[in-house]
Amino acid sequence: MIMAQKTVLRKPLGFIDVYKHKPGAEKDRTHYCPGCGHGILHKLIAEALEDFDIVDRTIVISPVGCSVFAYYYFHTGNLQVPHGRAPAVATSVSRANPDSIVISYQGDGDLAAIGGNNILQAANRGENMVVFFVNNAIYGMTGGQMAPTTLEGQKTTTTPYGRNVKTDGYPIQVCEIINQLTAPVYVVRTSLHDMPNIRKTRAAVRKAIQNTRDKKGFSFVEVLSMCPSGWKMDSVPAQKWIEENMIPRFPLDTFRDISEDTSAIERPVPVMDPEEVKRILEYTALSDSNLEKNPDAAFDRVAVRIAGFGGQGIMSTGIALANVGMEYGYNVSWLPSYGPEMRGGTANCSVKIQADTIGASECTEPNMVIAMNQPSLEKFEKILVPGGALIYNTTLIDIEPSRTDLKVYPIPITGIADELGDTRVQSMVNVGAFAAVTGMFDPGEIENLMPSLFKGKSGEVMKLNEKAVRKGYEYVKENFS
Amino acid sequence: MNENRKYPFSEIDPDICKGCGLCVAACPRGVLVVSEKLNSKGFHYSEYVGEGCIGCGNCFYTCPEPSAVTVYLRNYVPEEVS
Repeated sequence: MIMAQKTVLRKPLGFIDVYKHKPGAEKDRTHYCPGCGHGILHKLIAEALEDFDIVDRTIVISPVGCSVFAYYYFHTGNLQVPHGRAPAVATSVSRANPDSIVISYQGDGDLAAIGGNNILQAANRGENMVVFFVNNAIYGMTGGQMAPTTLEGQKTTTTPYGRNVKTDGYPIQVCEIINQLTAPVYVVRTSLHDMPNIRKTRAAVRKAIQNTRDKKGFSFVEVLSMCPSGWKMDSVPAQKWIEENMIPRFPLDTFRDISEDTSAIERPVPVMDPEEVKRILEYTALSDSNLEKNPDAAFDRVAVRIAGFGGQGIMSTGIALANVGMEYGYNVSWLPSYGPEMRGGTANCSVKIQADTIGASECTEPNMVIAMNQPSLEKFEKILVPGGALIYNTTLIDIEPSRTDLKVYPIPITGIADELGDTRVQSMVNVGAFAAVTGMFDPGEIENLMPSLFKGKSGEVMKLNEKAVRKGYEYVKENFS
Repeated sequence: MNENRKYPFSEIDPDICKGCGLCVAACPRGVLVVSEKLNSKGFHYSEYVGEGCIGCGNCFYTCPEPSAVTVYLRNYVPEEVS
């Protein structure tokens, strides 16, 4: 049909005229070996992009493998991505620019091995993209090693006696796997082993690209392709080899084609709106940085490590401090570190509160440590900077800190909470002690903070926690000033 | 290009051709041959023998090198390109 309109078959405009991105002198030809199937598929894609007049709207994602340099050739937007991750990157491109035509071009080593999960998840989400999966049954670029698609008994550099299914498993039939998922609209396997099949491949390429243009969703085109260099044979025998060896294992078929019955995908395009983020976090911003109000504060920035047993309110202390800091207009970060146990194991977290931008959120050299049990005191007092503040829980710790260059605040944190009638409020005792030690927060405003710290909790819970903050604050003021 | 040539015909850039021979195998009329001569890269390139092309496009679609083969079809008018 389209053929009839053409008067000349020449290098399609989907290709860059002169491959200026390609290093070296040969900017008029590809880097592919003689007889390589990549060039044929490249040409079919470039021709379709030209015929549909969508070259400028197309973004080709180049994989790792021989086609890593696909971006030398296609006159489209191009991204070259880490091994196997093309569907993930293609997802982001497609979501960010729903009108773009996203092509993920991948080989079998890339897609079926390291990228196996990436392709399944993208297919399962029904991302609007077309994946061209070039299957040549080996790792071509690295020198012909066994790939997931290597045939039973096939000799490769890493299976010199032939692939043994007892030790190496069976060739993975990716189309059949993709076809188990609900979302894909077009799943097809074609081959480049002779002219009728190259023409069928051409039809599949065009259909898949049209699907993507029309936002039909996920199209998957597996193409059996020659690797004469990797297979150590000439080009024409390589085509025969596909027919005789690959096709019995990888039958050519249209596994699914529901694109006609599928309507165009419509997804909301996410827009980053800082005000919306604040609304979701119920951020109220009590005041600007308290530093301006209280220039004499002992601390102008805090990097605190809070540590103890799981269940001692370590994480909630950290979250509460970060939230309070945020309400006072500071930049904050909270980074938890804990074992698989929710309670009883050891846990610690890093919190940073400062006026300027935060880089790494882990406190490797904290200027404050809150140690809730003895192992935490022993472990984390070592990493405090000289002159740093060490708050420790004397209810559970009977030893003294070993360092003498620190400001120490021994506080019966668990005991204070117990006196208030609920051990769980010890994290808010910590918040109060923190406010008193640093001077960064004004406890006069603490009751205003309670609704945002204890969303959905009763007034009683808020009162109890407010009391705990005041107790912690007062204990420090009475004993250490 | 010889302006008096009969359309359709296939034109192969001898210097771009990598000599894989896929086009020779795909030509239904047997009018493409592997040249005795070598090109500057040391490949025996493919050549069109001069007549008999039916413009099927097989050589174009089977050639892995984007710019090696050009097929001028029956309805091609030379002025079109310029």
